[in-house]
Amino acid sequence: MLGEKRFKDLARKLMKYSDADQKEVVFMVENSNLTRFANNTIHQNVSVDNWHIIFRAVYGKRIGVVRTNVYSEESFKKIAQDAKDLALIQAENPDFKSLPEKREIPQVESFDDKIASLTAKDRASFVKEIIATGEKAGCVCAGFFSDSVDEMYVANSLDVKAYASSTSFASNMTIAKNEGSGYNFSYGWKLEGFDPAALAKAATKRCLDSQNPVECEPGVYTVVMEPEAVGGLLEFLAYLGFGAKPYQEQRSFSSGKIGSKIMHPSVSIWDDGLDPRGLPFPFDFEGMPKQKVMLVEEGVLRNVVYDSLTAGKEGKQSTGHALPADSSFGPFPLQLFMKEGDSRLEEMVASTEKGIYISRFHYTNVVEPISATITGMTRDGTFLIKNGSVTKPIKNMRFTQSLLEAFSNVENISRKTDVSEYMGGSLVNPAVKLNHFTFTGKSK
Amino acid sequence: MRELITRVLNAINSSSATYGDIRVTEIQRESLDLKNGLTEKSARFTTFGFGVRVIVNGAWGFAASSKLTAFEIDRIIKEAIDVAQASATVMKEEVKLAEVKPVKTRYTAPYKKNPFDVPIEDKQKLLAECCTTMLAEKDIKIAEAFYSGHLKRTIFASSEGAFIEQEIIECGGGIAATAIKDSEIQVRSYPNSFRGNFATCGYEFLEEMDLPGNAARVASEAAQLLVAPDCPQGRKTIILDGGQLALQVHESIGHPTELDRVLGMEASYAGTSFLTIDDIDHLQYGSEIVNVVADATVPRGLGTFAYDDEGVSAQKVYLIKDGVFRGFQSSRETAVKLNLPSSGGMRAESWAYIPLVRMTNINLLPGKWELDDLIADTDDGLFMATDRSWSIDDKRINFKFGPEIAYEIKNGKLGRIFKNPSYTGITTEFWKSCDAICSEKHWMMWGTPNCGKGQPGQVAHVGHGTAPARFRNVEVQGI
Repeated sequence: MLGEKRFKDLARKLMKYSDADQKEVVFMVENSNLTRFANNTIHQNVSVDNWHIIFRAVYGKRIGVVRTNVYSEESFKKIAQDAKDLALIQAENPDFKSLPEKREIPQVESFDDKIASLTAKDRASFVKEIIATGEKAGCVCAGFFSDSVDEMYVANSLDVKAYASSTSFASNMTIAKNEGSGYNFSYGWKLEGFDPAALAKAATKRCLDSQNPVECEPGVYTVVMEPEAVGGLLEFLAYLGFGAKPYQEQRSFSSGKIGSKIMHPSVSIWDDGLDPRGLPFPFDFEGMPKQKVMLVEEGVLRNVVYDSLTAGKEGKQSTGHALPADSSFGPFPLQLFMKEGDSRLEEMVASTEKGIYISRFHYTNVVEPISATITGMTRDGTFLIKNGSVTKPIKNMRFTQSLLEAFSNVENISRKTDVSEYMGGSLVNPAVKLNHFTFTGKSK
Repeated sequence: MRELITRVLNAINSSSATYGDIRVTEIQRESLDLKNGLTEKSARFTTFGFGVRVIVNGAWGFAASSKLTAFEIDRIIKEAIDVAQASATVMKEEVKLAEVKPVKTRYTAPYKKNPFDVPIEDKQKLLAECCTTMLAEKDIKIAEAFYSGHLKRTIFASSEGAFIEQEIIECGGGIAATAIKDSEIQVRSYPNSFRGNFATCGYEFLEEMDLPGNAARVASEAAQLLVAPDCPQGRKTIILDGGQLALQVHESIGHPTELDRVLGMEASYAGTSFLTIDDIDHLQYGSEIVNVVADATVPRGLGTFAYDDEGVSAQKVYLIKDGVFRGFQSSRETAVKLNLPSSGGMRAESWAYIPLVRMTNINLLPGKWELDDLIADTDDGLFMATDRSWSIDDKRINFKFGPEIAYEIKNGKLGRIFKNPSYTGITTEFWKSCDAICSEKHWMMWGTPNCGKGQPGQVAHVGHGTAPARFRNVEVQGI
């Protein structure tokens, strides 16, 4: 760990080489480790230490960005010069107002000493527990355990200074036997409560329940979706329309719809970078404090998230959702939450006369952005529901569905939520029952 | 540099490792993205570092760092050995590697104009001109133009005596016009969607594309799509253009023929494959006219190099010959399980990642047809171009693709355009329905710079050579 003071010194040195009107530097240091397994064996095992330096130079309303992992006096000179060269060839961007000014950064707990002290042996022992559980049932296990220790420092010439260190871990497993498979995962910023054997036990049961799947005809069904599946849909809502850029460019389901009802009143979705239930982090890549932003409130679209450029276009303030300066994606919600309900999964199934139970989705992709229509496949445990009970496992199905239509047909939402990894951030969401979901194909 | 690499090899050879290698990689990238004439991104990216792989006690370990110093080398080697020893505690069988003759050589991919030497102002002007032309079309609300130049220098050295230096330049770009009206949104791209086309080539590749010369057409087509009728649905004959076919090949032939997927090594993320080892020389993958190779030697291919990241030479191997499945893309570790040599497919995004079995250039070999004749030979069908949306299942069987545009073919003539086409199918059924492939005259290389795989996820630059081809009785859907 380098620490805030060292980053301050480096930032000062780098900015000294630049004659830009405004300057911003982001330092990120990571130590990340991942132990991967397949066929009940650790087959890939990696440990990486890396730096990232992102320098943004503003000349008038022209911006150049350089990202490198080489830091030295020589490289700092080159960074400053390259950023200048890249900026000066551009036309002025009338939408650019200014880099953001200093705002107070909240304190948030995001570092776990237990994760920081994990060794390769520890990771291997977690994997051993997972494999032992699956193997006992004659299954083949694949997955990984990863951990990361990160530091991030942002400073700009308008006196923004923000520093935080954080940890994260992730573990996923796919446990398979013949044609059936089950999946489980765990994710967070602290290790407390992580139980690989218990996770593997649940995934193994799902695998054994998925044996000998039968074909099911495409059509419109009532579906009960576990949190992982719901999360797979929410991440596309975020990608398509919760950031200000697609919203402002009129190419999103959210364009022109703030204040409109777009989903069932039981649906509320927000972003909150400070909530410890997700992967909390106090500021964004411009050093702006993360604000809680209510995106959908009781079915009504309320907001999108902003960085300083998109906020400036509307005379607003950044909500603290900027991505790194060398990304042209625009601001993005990285700590998403969906409001829980008051049902249990078992109740959702029991109240379903005919439907499909979905564990998760695979290779989901956008078909049409204005209706938020996406397509994808089910995976790792899909079952028929008949007369209130989960009956046979079925072969994987393809869905093609407007997310706005899907979330307008919510029947129940679970009380319990799960946290999963998404886009390097976190998703905390419940299970849901939808009474209209369109399957357009099936696998063989 | 040599001294430091020698330090690594000496340390590996005097350790408990039975094999070890080091890759030192430097990557430079320059990107310019314009939207409606304004610069969205003007950026340069550099990454430098080294990664060490070792086999200790029969298992793999890998450690990498961005600091190439004597102190850090010693630390990273110890880390790699510790990691390998941890791997060995959860192991079913020891890693074995297919043999490879260690080589000492140097390779520079050919190019005419180094994109990094071309003034950035020239690139800015070129892309701005494209945006201006596209915005002249009334309904175009978003006009995008992009360029990217890429340089990768790698030194690979192994405990077996290999020492290979490679320098590869890539260049590419494209344009896209988005028409928006009354909540309808349509996009047309050139030369391909999702950031264009790329090759192991210099700036001449971007110049050859003639982006400004295609900007007006692209904008006009996007605007026309706004008012075009929806694509008719049902079982149809379709002809796919080379760009769309490139993605079809990528998803439904490239990935399922990766041997590590077949062996279950990617089960936790991208999935497995419907193929089994027993399918070699038996499975009818496509019709008799379908021939597909993995070829890392094709000039300008985005997946072209001299040696892969295990020191195995670039080569051409048949995946499908006369429609029959013939072999896999492999690595030293996976190929030895079939008593075969590696097909030279191990590639890593950078120093910070282990190499994985990745596509090189997966090419559908050309057939005999002139495109005009193929269309004239088609009574009732659709010509579809440029992918907009794609999805496939975890065994690579059920797919759904959505091109940007479809043209009606009626009585052998191209007619009106349709919007929102998509088609779906089952991989082997689809390839068996291929009854015509256009000739070498219509064949070209397409570069995909964003193929994702592995955990942690990494990106490979891969190529696909295709010519337009016809497929019968395909299920065409709408949105």
